[in-house]
Amino acid sequence: MFGYLIRSVLQAIVVMLAVAFIAFSMFRFVGDPVASIVGQDATLKDRQELADSLGLNDPLLVQFARFVGNAAQGDFGISYRQGRPVATLLRERLPATIELAVISAALALVLGLGLGIYTALRRDGWAANLVMSLSLIGVSLPTFLIGIGLIYFFGVVLRWLPTFGRGETVAFGWWTTGLLTESGRKSLILPVVTLGFYQLTLIMRLVRSEMLEVMRADYIRFARARGLTDGAINFKHALKNTMIPVVTITGLQLGSIVAFAITTETVFNWPGLGALFVKSVEVVDIPVMGAYLMFVGLIFVVVSLIVDMLYFLIDPRLRTGGAVPAK
Amino acid sequence: MTQPVLSVRNLKVEFVTRRGILRAIDDISFDIAPGEVLGVVGESGAGKSLTGTAIIGLIDPPGRIAGGEVLLQGSRIDNLPKEAMRRIRGKRIGMIFQDPLTSLNPLFRISEQLVETIQTHTDMNAQQARERAIGLLTEVGIPAPEKRIDGYPHEFSGGMRQRVVIALALAAEPELIIADEPTTALDVSVQAQIITLLKKLCRERGTAVMLVTHDMGVIAETADRVAVMYAGRIAEIGPVREVVQHARHPYAKGLMGAIPTLETAADRLTQIPGSMPRLTAIPKGCAFNPRCSEAFARCFVERPDPIPVGVSQVACWLYKYGKEAAA
Repeated sequence: MFGYLIRSVLQAIVVMLAVAFIAFSMFRFVGDPVASIVGQDATLKDRQELADSLGLNDPLLVQFARFVGNAAQGDFGISYRQGRPVATLLRERLPATIELAVISAALALVLGLGLGIYTALRRDGWAANLVMSLSLIGVSLPTFLIGIGLIYFFGVVLRWLPTFGRGETVAFGWWTTGLLTESGRKSLILPVVTLGFYQLTLIMRLVRSEMLEVMRADYIRFARARGLTDGAINFKHALKNTMIPVVTITGLQLGSIVAFAITTETVFNWPGLGALFVKSVEVVDIPVMGAYLMFVGLIFVVVSLIVDMLYFLIDPRLRTGGAVPAK
Repeated sequence: MTQPVLSVRNLKVEFVTRRGILRAIDDISFDIAPGEVLGVVGESGAGKSLTGTAIIGLIDPPGRIAGGEVLLQGSRIDNLPKEAMRRIRGKRIGMIFQDPLTSLNPLFRISEQLVETIQTHTDMNAQQARERAIGLLTEVGIPAPEKRIDGYPHEFSGGMRQRVVIALALAAEPELIIADEPTTALDVSVQAQIITLLKKLCRERGTAVMLVTHDMGVIAETADRVAVMYAGRIAEIGPVREVVQHARHPYAKGLMGAIPTLETAADRLTQIPGSMPRLTAIPKGCAFNPRCSEAFARCFVERPDPIPVGVSQVACWLYKYGKEAAA
């Protein structure tokens, strides 16, 4: 168990270093930072001094080490565009994205699992067939189209829900939340549905097909032959086996909900990280883009770590590790 | 004569397919007396396993029992509601499947699977059920059962897993065990152990056994009576010695003749020419007529019903009209 954990963490660190290196190289590929800071009439000497003071003349490895060291302490440099620390910018935007993503993920997970199990067990029922048909919309329509459709219907035609922004928020220290005000809650509904719908249908279809597969397994037949109740067979024996592949895919999908809320945030003008990233790309604000890249990398690494741990809890075959099965 | 544990009367099983209704089991009848081991042999696809599945009520759509009766201790069980049938499975009829490697749920401890089975069918509390489970493991010959009981299936070898499966099937002291090729997936050296164990446990408890297999060696050693199945029908049924040494039905004769022996040095293995007909193309009259060297006019017109010949029942026109008529 312990060795497995250590191995996973080490792998995670390697991945994060690789991501950091890509973020670091962006600074070098996109123009000369000195040129973008000093004016056109700066002398060669001024430029040299600035490059020295910024550490740009140090060996590449030293620069990279410094970059990683700073990043580890939450220092991602100064935004070219806004002249403020990137860390502060991210911190302002983080709560909006996290709130949106976590609620979407919870919705996708709970409904996806529930409906997946339902449609697997009631395979030929009309309600299950209806749900399956509707889920095709989620799988095949692009997110922005769903968002725009929702805005049109609930925002423009029915005028029930706001179509952009977070509404009023309440601050706790640096964290802000929209959950405590009515306008904040109302503002969440459409973005949450937009962001979570694709994942919901995906998880649901995955759970359904995995469960149908598991229901054909020999140990399920044997469980029936032992006279176990349908409840025990479906929700104990079948469900736990269904969860192994589902956890992997779902973990990565939920990771991408947090990481790539970009489209939804753009459609709903949601003041989160995704929107910040899009603006940064427009103005080539490299420090912000680099930091966002590392943020996304971190989310995925953390999610895969959690998935690894969950595997461990679910599947005893991993726990014995390399031990030879006793005869 | 005492009442049979199991009586199968004119059982028919059909599969509804797009190309019409296929009859996989066609009008078979047999009894199993208390404590008796009935061997069921035949080629793959003869309907051996399906008969077992039909008795225990686990035929999945599109299959269905299309006619006949299954009686357990004289009362019908083939028409019971789902829940009542579930209570019989495991409690009064135990079943053992072919592959012990896949019969146990890989994600649950042996103890959990045993205890849940025991608790499903008895009023024992968890502690009592666990003690009973340890007792069962001792009986099926698992060494150090107090320790091994909390192991997972992957920590057991194939033979040990089949012992666990037998323990599970015997957990609620059933009156009948249906063993569906219980040794086919095991090493030859382990096969004998498992068969001996199964036979011993059933003799001690007076449990009747329906032993489905294509291993004539196992049948000869274990069974009291044997039924030879062909194309969903019983060709011959009788005491094991009688059928093995003096088979009467031409198919049974061929089957027994095909067992290689060490005493007679033969260059070629004996075989029955041709292969069993597909369900879609069962010939008129006796299903064996295309492969039968002794077939005569009547065999192509009318289907033979089993008639008593000596101590056996044989479904063959030869024994109704005699060889003279055939000539």
